[in-house]
Amino acid sequence: MAAFVLYLRLFQYGFRRHSTYLAAALAGAFTNTVFGVLRAYVLIALWEARPGLAGYTLAEAVTFCFLTQAFIGPMQVFGRGLSFGDRIRSGDIAFDLVRPAPLLAWSLAEDLGRAAYLTLARSLPPTIIGAALFTMVAPVSPWFPLSFALGVVVSFGWRYLVTLTSCWTTDDRGIHTLSALLTMFFSGMVLPLGLFPGWLRTVAEALPFAAMVQVPADVWLGAEPPLQALGFQLLWAVALMGLGALLTVAARRKVVVQGG
Amino acid sequence: MIETISLGRDFKVRGTLVPAVRDLSFRVGAGEFVGCLGPNGAGKSTTIKMLTGILTPTHGRALVAGLDPTRQRKALARRIGVVFGQRTTLWWDLPLRDSFELVRLLYKVDRNRFRQRLAELTEVLELAPFLRTPVRQLSLGQRMRGDITAALLHDPEVLVLDEPTIGLDVVAKAEVRSFLARLNAERGTTVLLTTHDLGDIERLCRRVLLIDHGRLAFDGSVAELRALVPGQESIEDVVAHLYLSSTPAAPRTPRRTPDADPPTVTA
Repeated sequence: MAAFVLYLRLFQYGFRRHSTYLAAALAGAFTNTVFGVLRAYVLIALWEARPGLAGYTLAEAVTFCFLTQAFIGPMQVFGRGLSFGDRIRSGDIAFDLVRPAPLLAWSLAEDLGRAAYLTLARSLPPTIIGAALFTMVAPVSPWFPLSFALGVVVSFGWRYLVTLTSCWTTDDRGIHTLSALLTMFFSGMVLPLGLFPGWLRTVAEALPFAAMVQVPADVWLGAEPPLQALGFQLLWAVALMGLGALLTVAARRKVVVQGG
Repeated sequence: MIETISLGRDFKVRGTLVPAVRDLSFRVGAGEFVGCLGPNGAGKSTTIKMLTGILTPTHGRALVAGLDPTRQRKALARRIGVVFGQRTTLWWDLPLRDSFELVRLLYKVDRNRFRQRLAELTEVLELAPFLRTPVRQLSLGQRMRGDITAALLHDPEVLVLDEPTIGLDVVAKAEVRSFLARLNAERGTTVLLTTHDLGDIERLCRRVLLIDHGRLAFDGSVAELRALVPGQESIEDVVAHLYLSSTPAAPRTPRRTPDADPPTVTA
């Protein structure tokens, strides 16, 4: 019970922490919407030339575009690490390691709070404005909210691993750039994974990045059997967090707290 | 309350093992107030990190409040308080009060006890004017008082502080010192602190540990420390002399009991 209250508080903190930076969220929402409109026109041109590409109708392609724009904030598609990355660099992580609570669990609670806030501030505006400007498809599956939430958890699991590598590599910019590139390309953010050729598509659809963007979008569009989609996401969520827990143990043993 | 037996930690630097702490054995009894001195890089912080379960020792062992810091880290966390002067445990974007609430939940402190303890600490450390201020807007002195409060909310038996007065002005320093002295005298909390500020040592510590080149170079009272370098007026000069004259010394056997026998020196 006490643990539940703690994680609820951490969730609220994640929410509140991001809501302090209202201007940043609004600027993000604005950018996400404008890029959504630009991408929509590109996709419209593409789908008019090649109707039914990747198995999507034109309206589905436009919906896919605005959904993926809406996922940028909550799923951190541009690969931003977790806030404790700074604490590893500064050495403040020392405290997180002294605390009698698992780092994985409380950073998850905090990150879900962040995602909840960004869903309101950065996901709703592009979706609503997109729907007002273009013809979009209404969500088919009642499973979408769950798939969306699992997408956030998979994204967390991945970013937790990326952030934790700072314990081994004093400088983490390289791995963050790599993570941003992998996430953007293999999640379906740049192009629907259905457009990838042959083996690349098979690989991309099996990677965890697909569980962050492509899969929840397909659940909205009804393009994939929902239970299979959710199972895939759940599998990656469990796998990444299991790995995260193992890596935390290793980090604890290995960590060189920087400075002082 | 704190005991180390041949405690040591090596770091790997470009493939070679560099010892940061070597063969460190000392014992701190319940209710003692011990200061830990040593030049930069001597191994003070590494020692503190091993005592608090942040770093795993590569040699020897430590016992704090009867627990092994590495293996029983969580149980230990509930019984010790830790303050790092150059770090903060507080949530940057949250009001101070909310950070305390999170600490309460983390350490499972009973709500009534928490209220009572926070009220006491708020009064003694004069936190009231900035309890609702986000941590990022606090001055260093205010933040340090917040950090000390956060470390004491669960009423630990042992308080470990790594350079708690660093960067503080004279007034803030005096406040922190008098608070620590009171905590030790009134509640019997065992205090171990590291510092470069000899004022901390002179005003607070009945016993001094001097760590140099990762080894215990002196263990005794401030008066005994002064006596090591006759003819020096200020404690600053005494310590500077000790730091300058030190060389990586051969392993030695430091004394095991905190009282009675004369200080041992390898400086």
